[in-house]
Amino acid sequence: MTSFLGVLLVPAITVIALTGFISHWAYHPELAGNATIAPGFDIPVLFQFPQSWPSWDYAATQGTHITLGLMTVPLVLAKLWSVIPKLFKWPTVRNLAGMLERLSLLLLVGSVLVEFLTGIFAIEDYSPLGVNFYPVHYYGAWVFGTVFVLHACLKFPVVRRAYRERGALKPLRAGLRETQPEPPGSSELAPVNPADPTISRRGLLAMVGGASLTIFAVQAGQSIGGPFRRLAPMAPRGREFGTGPNDFQVNHTAASAQITPAMTGARWRVTVVGATSVALSRQRLLAMAQATETLTISCTEGWSTTQRWTGVRLVDLARLVGASPGAILRAVSLETVGVNSQASLAAEQWSDQRALLALRVNGAELSPDHGYPARVIVPGAPGLHNTKWVRELRFEAA
Amino acid sequence: MRRAWGLGRFRRRYGASPLHLAGHLVVFAIAAFAIDRIASGAGLAKLIVLYAGLVIAHDLIFLPAYSGLDRAARAALARLPAPQSARVPVINHVRAPALISGLLLIIYAPLISGKADAGYLQASGHHLEGYLRNWLMISVVLFLGSGLIYAVRVRRAVVNARV
Repeated sequence: MTSFLGVLLVPAITVIALTGFISHWAYHPELAGNATIAPGFDIPVLFQFPQSWPSWDYAATQGTHITLGLMTVPLVLAKLWSVIPKLFKWPTVRNLAGMLERLSLLLLVGSVLVEFLTGIFAIEDYSPLGVNFYPVHYYGAWVFGTVFVLHACLKFPVVRRAYRERGALKPLRAGLRETQPEPPGSSELAPVNPADPTISRRGLLAMVGGASLTIFAVQAGQSIGGPFRRLAPMAPRGREFGTGPNDFQVNHTAASAQITPAMTGARWRVTVVGATSVALSRQRLLAMAQATETLTISCTEGWSTTQRWTGVRLVDLARLVGASPGAILRAVSLETVGVNSQASLAAEQWSDQRALLALRVNGAELSPDHGYPARVIVPGAPGLHNTKWVRELRFEAA
Repeated sequence: MRRAWGLGRFRRRYGASPLHLAGHLVVFAIAAFAIDRIASGAGLAKLIVLYAGLVIAHDLIFLPAYSGLDRAARAALARLPAPQSARVPVINHVRAPALISGLLLIIYAPLISGKADAGYLQASGHHLEGYLRNWLMISVVLFLGSGLIYAVRVRRAVVNARV
C-alpha cells in the first residue's frame, strides 16, 4: 500500500516541483529588483517562457502547480498514515545509519507539511505565520526536494521487492473479503497482530482518488477561467463580481496600494526614459497608435483571467525615446512599497508585439483596481509583473 | 579481497553502505544551506517551531484524532441492530464522505472560517462570502450520494440473497 502511494507521489511531486521552479524563473530573478528571495546563492535560471508561446503559458504551469498541489494533499496524508507504525517502532535507532535516516525522515515530514501549509495559506491570502512566503516556500522546496529524492532512492529496492513478491496490482484488486494483511515479518510495516480488515486496499485508494478528484472539481475552474470559474465553489478566486468590463479578479486593490484619486488625476504623467526622456499625459498616450490584444493575466496564487486590453505598444514607446533594443525595461508604480512597486522586464518581454501599456480593457477605461491611468500587460509573465498605476518606464542598458 | 573486508567492516559499524552515508551527507549539506537561507529572514527559532510544530501536530495530534474518530464511528455502528444489509458494511459509506468533506475543511479552513478575510479584502476588494455555505452544501451532497450508493448496494444484496 505504502509502496503504491509512494509510486503515485513520485510523478506528482516531480510535476509540482518543476512547475514551482518554472514560476520562480518566470519572475526573471536575474534582473534588477525582481528576485523574490534575498540576494545570495541561487541555482541558475534553467528555463524561461519563449515569447512565441501563447500568453496563457504561465497560467497553465502555475494553475498546474496549485491545482495538482492541492490534489496531492490526500495522497500525502494517506502516505503518512500508512507509515505511522514506524514512528512508534522500538528501539528507534540501532546504529549511525538508522540515526541519519531518522533525521532525514524528520526533515522529509517537516518540509512536506511546511510546503503544503505555506502554499495553501498563500493562495488564500492568509498570513498568520508572520514569515515571508517566498524564502520559506522556495528554500523549503530545496529541503523537501533533496530529502524526497534521497528517500525515493533508498526505498526503491523496498518497492521493487514488494512488487516482485506480492505483485504490483494484485493486492490492489482484491475486494474486502479477499483482502489479506501483509504477512507478519514480510516488511517493516507488516502488522504483528492485525485486526480484521474493514476496508480493502482498493477501497482506500478509491477514497483517496475520490478526494483528489473532488478537490480538482471545486478548485480548477479559477485557473481555467471563463465559464468554468463559476463551477469552482471552493476556489479562492472562483467568482465573478458582475458582468461589467472591469468586473474580473484583481491581485491587489488600489485601496490596499494606497493609490488616491489625486495621484491618478489630470496631473498624472508617465515618464518614459531611454536615450531621451518624455513625460506623457493620458491624453497624449490616447493620441498615439492604439493596439488591442487578448492577453491572459495569471497570478502566482494560481488563478488567471483572459481579457481584451487596449493601449500603446511598449515597442512604440521604446522607439519614441530611442531605447536600445537589448535594454531592460523597469516599470515603476505610484505604489511605493512592496513587491508590486516595480518590476523589470527582459528585452524579449517588452519587445513582444503584444506587450502593451494598457489604458483600456474590454472597451472601457481601466478601473482604479485594474491600474488606472495605465498599466503594463505582457504575455506569459507572473501577474504582478504587469505593473499597475505606472509612473515611470525606464529602458536601461542591460 | 582486502576491499571487501573493509566494506564489510564499514557496513557492520555504520549499518548501511557507504553510498547511504554519502547520500545523507549531501542531502544534509543542501538542507542546512537552505534552512540557513530561510532562517536569515524568518529567524531560526521560528523556523524550528514551524517545522517541529507541524510534525508534532500531524503525528501526535491530527493522526491520532482522526483514528480515534474512526474507532468511535465503528463502535457506534457496531451497536446498531444488524439489519439484513449487514453483509454490506456501512462504515466505508460514512468514511468516504467524511474524509473528503474533512479534507476540504482543512484545505479551505481560512476561507470557510473567515480567518483570511482581511488579507482577502486587500487582495480581491471583496469580503469572503459563501465558502461556509458551499462547503456545507458539498458535504451534504457527498453524504447523500454515499448513502444512495449504500442503499443500492443493500438492495442488490437483498435481491441476490433471494435468488
